[in-house]
Amino acid sequence: MPEPISRNTVAKVARLARLDLTEAEVDRMTDQLAGMLEHFRDVDALDLSNVQPLNQPIPLTNVLRDDVEQPSLDRDEVLGNAPAAQDGRFRVPPIIGFEE
Amino acid sequence: MTRRTVVDIATQVAAGSLSASTVLEENLAAIAAREHEIHAFNLVTADKARERAAQIDADVKAGKKVGRLAGVTIALKDNLCTRGVETTCSSKILAGWKPPYDATVVRRLADEGAVVVGKTNLDEFAMGSSTENSAFGPTRNPLDTSRVPGGSSGGSAAAVAAGFSAASFGSDTGGSIRQPAALCGLVGVKPTYGMVSRQGLVAFGSSLDQIGPFTTTVADAALLMEVIAGHDPLDSTSLPQPAPQLVNVLARGVKGLRIGRVADMPEGSSPDVLARLDAAFDALRAAGATVVDVKLPSMSFGLTAYYLVAPAEASSNLARFDGVRYGLRVDAKDLNAMYGATRAAGFGDEVKRRIMLGTYALSAGYYDAYYGKALKVRRLIADDFAKAYEQCDAILTPTSPTVAFKFGDKTSNPLTMYLCDVFTIPTNLAGHAAMSVPFGTGDAGLPVGVQVLAPALGEATMFQVAAELERSS
Amino acid sequence: MNAANPSSVVATAEQLIDGWELVVGLEVHVELATRTKLFSASANRFGDEPNTHIDPVTLGLPGALPVLNRHAVELAMRLGLALNCRVQPCTFHRKNYFYPDLPKAYQVSQYDQPLNVDGFLMLPGDVRIGIERAHLEEDTGKSTHFGGAEGRIAGSEYSLIDFNRAGVPLVEIVSRPDIRTSEQAKQYVSELRAILLAVGASDAKMEEGSMRCDVNVSVHKPGTAFGTRCEIKNVNSIRAVGRAIDYEARRQIDVIISGGAIKQQTLHWDDAAGRTNVLRTKEDADDYRYFLEPDLVPLAPDTAWVERVRAALPPLPAARRAALATLTGQARESEAIAVVVERGQDSYVSEVAKVGGDAARALVYVQQAFADEPATPRVPAGDIAALTLMEKNAKITSTQAKTLLADLVANGGGDVIAMAKAKGFESMDTGALESLVDAAIAADPDAWAKFKAGEQKAIGALVGAVMKSSKGKADGKAVTALLQAKANT
Ligand SMILES: [Mg+2]
Ligand SMILES: [Zn+2]
Repeated sequence: MPEPISRNTVAKVARLARLDLTEAEVDRMTDQLAGMLEHFRDVDALDLSNVQPLNQPIPLTNVLRDDVEQPSLDRDEVLGNAPAAQDGRFRVPPIIGFEE
Repeated sequence: MTRRTVVDIATQVAAGSLSASTVLEENLAAIAAREHEIHAFNLVTADKARERAAQIDADVKAGKKVGRLAGVTIALKDNLCTRGVETTCSSKILAGWKPPYDATVVRRLADEGAVVVGKTNLDEFAMGSSTENSAFGPTRNPLDTSRVPGGSSGGSAAAVAAGFSAASFGSDTGGSIRQPAALCGLVGVKPTYGMVSRQGLVAFGSSLDQIGPFTTTVADAALLMEVIAGHDPLDSTSLPQPAPQLVNVLARGVKGLRIGRVADMPEGSSPDVLARLDAAFDALRAAGATVVDVKLPSMSFGLTAYYLVAPAEASSNLARFDGVRYGLRVDAKDLNAMYGATRAAGFGDEVKRRIMLGTYALSAGYYDAYYGKALKVRRLIADDFAKAYEQCDAILTPTSPTVAFKFGDKTSNPLTMYLCDVFTIPTNLAGHAAMSVPFGTGDAGLPVGVQVLAPALGEATMFQVAAELERSS
Repeated sequence: MNAANPSSVVATAEQLIDGWELVVGLEVHVELATRTKLFSASANRFGDEPNTHIDPVTLGLPGALPVLNRHAVELAMRLGLALNCRVQPCTFHRKNYFYPDLPKAYQVSQYDQPLNVDGFLMLPGDVRIGIERAHLEEDTGKSTHFGGAEGRIAGSEYSLIDFNRAGVPLVEIVSRPDIRTSEQAKQYVSELRAILLAVGASDAKMEEGSMRCDVNVSVHKPGTAFGTRCEIKNVNSIRAVGRAIDYEARRQIDVIISGGAIKQQTLHWDDAAGRTNVLRTKEDADDYRYFLEPDLVPLAPDTAWVERVRAALPPLPAARRAALATLTGQARESEAIAVVVERGQDSYVSEVAKVGGDAARALVYVQQAFADEPATPRVPAGDIAALTLMEKNAKITSTQAKTLLADLVANGGGDVIAMAKAKGFESMDTGALESLVDAAIAADPDAWAKFKAGEQKAIGALVGAVMKSSKGKADGKAVTALLQAKANT
């Protein structure tokens, strides 16, 4: 098991999740997550070395559809739901701190 | 007021002996009388419902063929997409969003003549067990308004319990249909994973979520399952087979069935609940079933696995709420600031907590220790069930460790709330069928639900057992 | 081979740059030529009005679920098999990151179990470039930046997003680090493009972005471990691939020589400025939190499906070039062979040969005049065959042949003999030509004597006289040849 979760890690995870947390929220979240992760250590009692992970409960394979076109959604209806739109497109604030 | 069942309404409306509009007005009157204290709904769609009911009545008069649910009033959990009708997940981040499409379940219900009365309240994004986590305020239990209706589908449970609709639909990721059904004295079904299409259900834990009905009778639930189940080409995890035949198994009884009793059941259930569970075993034995002890040693680790798997999937599923294409945006100087501010303002505490937990569990360096491990525990639980089902056809457990609890009782510590789902979670992890059936009352005269578990695709057996419990309660 | 090097390919002495060995690996994204998107039924079509090919899945609307496009899988398999890959059971993962053109905030891609693995591609000179994998994934939408300089992101005031491209099926082809020169890198991209076109997997238009290259570059001294690599993103032409590699190799060598160290970075190629710029360093690389996509199930093409796709594969460019080279007697690596095969007009050339035409001339005609023609040109093969024979048999001059060829293409065919007659292109037969040559020699014995004595210039007067007396119908080359022959006897 890794180290107990730190305040720094919580702040890093919040950035990764794009959640602005106040200092007080980071403190509270650190406590709560630490508590939960501590509780989750109960599984350390299990021998999982030869256990295959189960991702999906019911095994299916090769679910495919034919390459047949369906009409698009109506652009005006869709953009009507958008916080900001312009010239038939979604408008967002300047992108900084990302790659081009 | 006498309760009309789904089966009664459908039969009588189709026969022309009862009008859909009459049924609807009874429900709307009940809503007018009590909704202000219950808060089952985020939105009541009375006008649309009246139009729909009038259309069905006109069709009946004109001798047109009407569907299997003609005139049946239903309420939909507000995480099911309804075309042109606000779908919020009880979150500020989706307030005002009108989906441009219907969920498959919603379309199938409409095709059979059901009348939608409104969209019901829930714990935000279905995360909770009391409906106290709604951004729009809690729902109250109609049987005792000082208590919670359970959750996360608390609004759907309350709507049926209060007579606001004949039936309702919820989603169940870790018990969110069965636990509120138990707390409100209703039948609630969590189908086998893949039996009901998830298309149009706003995802919480994609590998766990299933849609199912709340009803006052087992027969009603059977009929509704026959309508909503069956393959959907729009959902890759939808099972490639038609809906099961359930209505015609209800009278079969349980003679010869082997009913499992979990010998190593997790502790913490209150005595009144355990007493009702014992009574349920007695009733089935009396009806000709045999009771066998089975072991589910990994069951108690279900909570741990679930609270890593579900938040991990949720952290990814909820990343799309970014203020770009729909829903809330908090304006900011640049894109990253907009993302952070929007998501901070749009999500409530419980949702944030789970996004954080899930993001952490998936992130570099922690995946193997948390998410990866949880998936292995998930396998152990599924294997345990597989072994148990070699010895029995169905298993009974409590649905909830207690009857409906009071507001605020479990909100201080998230882990306390999570324990509400200790009996319901394992079947979501395994993907099996499960349902809650009311079986008498416990403390404070409040209803107790018994959970019937069956293997994947074991719905027919499960409904046989549930019908027997209903007859003997 | 150095144990630290994930490739056993060693550069030849001539390939070294001032004694440094260059190592290049490419990641090429190609959009598949499907009708619809990878996971939904809205159109996969380039160049339309923004946000007119959108559906709940494309937009990442709440509740929308992906369903895999069978044809996309089949095209990806076709490509994988053409690249000599093993097609294997595979899964889809979510790659989580926030960006406004990524609607769900995760890209559905293949991670540890891709569809195609362990292939290779042959370059001229029997150079074998390993293919590590060729996996399926979805494309993103397109962001356009406003308010800054030249549509650049830096300094922009806002961006607009079009989701038509979001969800378009991509195959990402990852080569092994087996490339040792910028020329090989260009050949690799060009050969990959030829294969894509041949199997019909993609239109592979780099200028429209349906084929995009990321280039990994490192340098090291021969016999030592590979150097730290930098990734150059979105290099958008074959020429730019070469330029970017040359620039980056030089930059890295200069950094090391001057005592610096290469930092693992993601770079952007600025083609106008001819240099790379830093996009980000590894420290701020995102944590993508890959996990198995729970909304999709595994894909496991069975042997029958794989073999059916393999059996339906058309002949590949390398084999077609070899066949065309044999047919025409041209070098396998010649420009004409490459161009004609790329256009898919090689079978037309062999059709011309089959109906009796001259293959070598047909190759030249097709290369020169059929650039705008489809793979099956409109001009009947018989017409081109007749033209090649007329030129070969010196019935017309090569200049006249060119004129007739242009007319054939313009009119979609024609009776070349009649066309030649109408234009007065009937050249002399050899007997008539010889008598004109004899007449010219008789008329200018001085010039003939000089020419016979080895004064090459003197032939001009004689050829000119024959051209004049033939009223331009004689073939200058034939006249020269005839005079030469007479002088030698
Ligand atoms: Mg890449
Ligand atoms: Zn890629």
